[in-house]
Amino acid sequence: MPKRGNPPMQGELLQGTLDLLILKTLALGPAHGHTIASAIEHRSEAVLQVEHGSLYPALHRLEDRGWIASFWGTSENNRRARYYRLTPRGRTQLARQTSRWDEIVRAVNRILRPAHD
Amino acid sequence: MGWSRFLRRRYWDAERARELEAHLAIETDENIARGMTPDAARTAARRKLGNPVLIREEIYAMNSLGFVESVLQDLRYGARLLRRNPTFALVATLTLALGTGANTAIFQLVNAVTLRTLPVEHPEQLVEVRIVKTREGRTGSFIGNRPALSNPLWERIRAEQQVFSGMLAWSAVNFNLSAGGEVRPAQGMLVSGDFFPTLGVHAAAGRLFTPADDVRGCATPGAVISDAFWQREYGGEASAVGRSILVTGHRFDIIGVAPPPFYGVEVGQGFDIALPICAEPLFRGAQSGVDKADVWFLAALGRLKPHVTIEQASAQLDAISAGIFATTVPPRYDAQTAKDYQAFKVGARPAATGVSNLRSAYSDPLNILLGVTAIVLLITCANLANLMLARATAREREIAVRLAIGASRRRIVRQMLSESVLIAMIGGAGGLLVARWFSAFLVAFLSTDSNPLFVDLQPDGRVFAFTSGVALTACLLFGLTPAVRATRTAPGATMKAAGRSLSDSRERFGIRRALVVLQVALSLVLVVGALLFARSLRNLTHLDPGFRQDGVVVANADYRKAEIKPEERAAVNRAILERLRAVPGVDAAAEAFTTPVGGNFWNNRVIIGGAEQPGNVNFNRPGPGYFRAMGTPLTAGRDFDEHDTPQSPKVAIVSEAFARKYFSGRSALGQSFQITAPIGEPRPFLQIVGIARDTKYTDLREAFEPLAYVAAGQDEEPTGYPRFVLHATVSLPSVTAAATRVFTDVNPAIAVQYQTVQSQVSGSLLRERLMATLSGFFGGLAVLIATIGLYGVMSYTVARRRVEIGIRMALGADRGTVIRMIVREAGMLLAAGVIIGTVLATIAGRAAATLLYELKPWDPATIAASIAALGGVTLLASWLPARRASRLAPTAALREE
Repeated sequence: MPKRGNPPMQGELLQGTLDLLILKTLALGPAHGHTIASAIEHRSEAVLQVEHGSLYPALHRLEDRGWIASFWGTSENNRRARYYRLTPRGRTQLARQTSRWDEIVRAVNRILRPAHD
Repeated sequence: MGWSRFLRRRYWDAERARELEAHLAIETDENIARGMTPDAARTAARRKLGNPVLIREEIYAMNSLGFVESVLQDLRYGARLLRRNPTFALVATLTLALGTGANTAIFQLVNAVTLRTLPVEHPEQLVEVRIVKTREGRTGSFIGNRPALSNPLWERIRAEQQVFSGMLAWSAVNFNLSAGGEVRPAQGMLVSGDFFPTLGVHAAAGRLFTPADDVRGCATPGAVISDAFWQREYGGEASAVGRSILVTGHRFDIIGVAPPPFYGVEVGQGFDIALPICAEPLFRGAQSGVDKADVWFLAALGRLKPHVTIEQASAQLDAISAGIFATTVPPRYDAQTAKDYQAFKVGARPAATGVSNLRSAYSDPLNILLGVTAIVLLITCANLANLMLARATAREREIAVRLAIGASRRRIVRQMLSESVLIAMIGGAGGLLVARWFSAFLVAFLSTDSNPLFVDLQPDGRVFAFTSGVALTACLLFGLTPAVRATRTAPGATMKAAGRSLSDSRERFGIRRALVVLQVALSLVLVVGALLFARSLRNLTHLDPGFRQDGVVVANADYRKAEIKPEERAAVNRAILERLRAVPGVDAAAEAFTTPVGGNFWNNRVIIGGAEQPGNVNFNRPGPGYFRAMGTPLTAGRDFDEHDTPQSPKVAIVSEAFARKYFSGRSALGQSFQITAPIGEPRPFLQIVGIARDTKYTDLREAFEPLAYVAAGQDEEPTGYPRFVLHATVSLPSVTAAATRVFTDVNPAIAVQYQTVQSQVSGSLLRERLMATLSGFFGGLAVLIATIGLYGVMSYTVARRRVEIGIRMALGADRGTVIRMIVREAGMLLAAGVIIGTVLATIAGRAAATLLYELKPWDPATIAASIAALGGVTLLASWLPARRASRLAPTAALREE
């Protein structure tokens, strides 16, 4: 697997975070694997580097659970690519996991920055 | 979910492969757009994605079920190995199929005959009720194959017992379905009215008997037929119920059909037609046994009440015995017999698996055969283990490499076992097929025209469990050792030796030699057994029984429907005999009460000089010409002739054994004796007018016993079932056809059935023939397999010692020396096997002792012959590789070094 020094978050995303990020990305519209990876990197301003290798097992897992669906399409530069879109069940999951994420962030923050804040 | 994913895992893998390829292409495109060269762009894309194979494996593993996957993998691997070596695969699966098949077939018979419970409700509650204590044995007429009780006894026991919720009685009888002429036999059963209700057997069509059907004096009872008979005679049509059927001259309406799995309660005996016991007087007329306590023809079962044990049942039956026997003493008994009779006790015996005469006759032979087939399987396993070891040796390097690069031993053992599992699976499945065919053959073998054998061979859970158990055990036996041993090598040493190893596998080779010794030893046991049984059969078939078998036909006639009055019978018999003697090809014909080994017997005590003599004397009642027809010479005196009539002085012919025993030292000719008879009957003096050669009477195995013949012509009440003995020089079908014409010409309603003395004799030797045939077959199979094993090991030895042999020959050893060297080595293995085998054979022989005739199980000649035969074959098997070794070109062998 590719190993790079920086940025520090690479490869160590919290359990389930990658799933959440994929769902969020697909909420904006169907996309193929490469786009999803680039989009996550872009929008996190390159803080979150998605290990491309781990993206596909995650996609497979989500599809297996029925949260996303896939189809073959043609990419911007005329390449055949497998596109993913969010299913209604995926949308529900996204909402549920987003609020769960917020909860976790708040909880972690409460520990890191105690009451006086 | 898991399984659907599992089954589609290949499709998904292909999809992901394409997807990853697309990803790389897009990334490469972007890299090129950023200004990289195409090569660098592609490399960078790859680096960023990581190893696509690893990604695919991760996804594949998500779809897969780990255990199933690896088992399938192993089996595929095993199948590939087998495909690569079809000869080995064929030999392995075929021998294993034969081994498991033979075991399963014998077990199927053991299961059907001794283990399987009756197909009725709660068979475990059933017990057989019979007389368990007698001082002197029973007296009277015994009819059928299980004459346990008389009808008066049965009725009293049923009325007075308190331990059974229900009881039933039955009697197996032979029926005749034809109206006259040659008999069309059917197996019949007379049953009590509570027979079917007590067993809990319900009709497949119509209705079965109830107690209301079995009422004393019933004139036209209904008939119940078996499912097999229904299918055979009526094509299973519902309209059969209500039709009438002619049974031994009487018409009965069919009221119902018994369900398919129900064959009766006697194992080995099926039934076609059942009638209530009250129909018995219709067939036996004045001889009817329904009111006679000395006519034994019934057997009975009881169903234990809940919470009553068999001991309690026996105790209660014992308690009521005295009263029952005291009130049923047959009037014909004399004082002593009556006293003995009143001391009888009734008891209960377990009968969940039914009752069976077959069981006592065949449980020993079947157990021996089960042991024999187990040995065959062991030899097969030893042989397979040997072959597998050789294969493992060939793959030593492959395994060493895999161990060296980190494969776990468990994984390799499992993989090597997978081949054995596959062989065992195919062999086991083949075994079931072989067993089907083989057990059908066995049943056909044991079935005779006069005594058809019915055994339910439907394989049940127990048979399947047995077969899979056998196959699995076999698989572990031949598969595990090679597999475990293969992984025990030090990878370094094996790879260094590069296939020319001489030292590291000596231990493994030792195992192979031990396996050959085991095979030789076990084969010897089987060969000795086969020879013992074959010689025993030969002793029986080659002894002089005192009568001839070729061309002797027995015609059993039945006058009941012909309405021939008793006083006319003698004239009718004479008319028939006269015409029979005129049939072309018939050179002798005579009446007789029975023929030797014919299954009928009559014995009695004799009185000489007013004193009752010790020991029973066998009797026959032949007419003139009997001795000529049977080929039994008269050594003194005369045959019976037409002057011997009821009015003339009573005469007798006796056998030499009779003369020796009762008139030792004196000439028996002209002496006279009396036959003991019931009180009130005359005891005329019989004058001995002839002496006949000794003949066997009921069985070939017995010694010659005293035998007396009284004249058929002097019988005051000729029987309604006369028997005629013919000797013919033409073929059997033409004799019986001509004879049937004679009978029907005299009276079209006479029924007649034929047997040959030869088939009666060979029927009496069924058990011996079965043992000789099967042990011979298995012995041959064992020798064949052991020979293959020795051949394999010797060929392997020669191959391994090529270099050594090459050097020896280069140093001047000639071909003879090389051959001697190799054969000597085989001889050592053979000798070790023979020594162990002889010891085993003498131990195993004890089990067979009771089945042998005039032969000891440790018969030295037999053992010597077995060793010679086995030795000859195996030495031949070692001579072939030895000759090959001696043809080695020393230079060729040395160049390989």
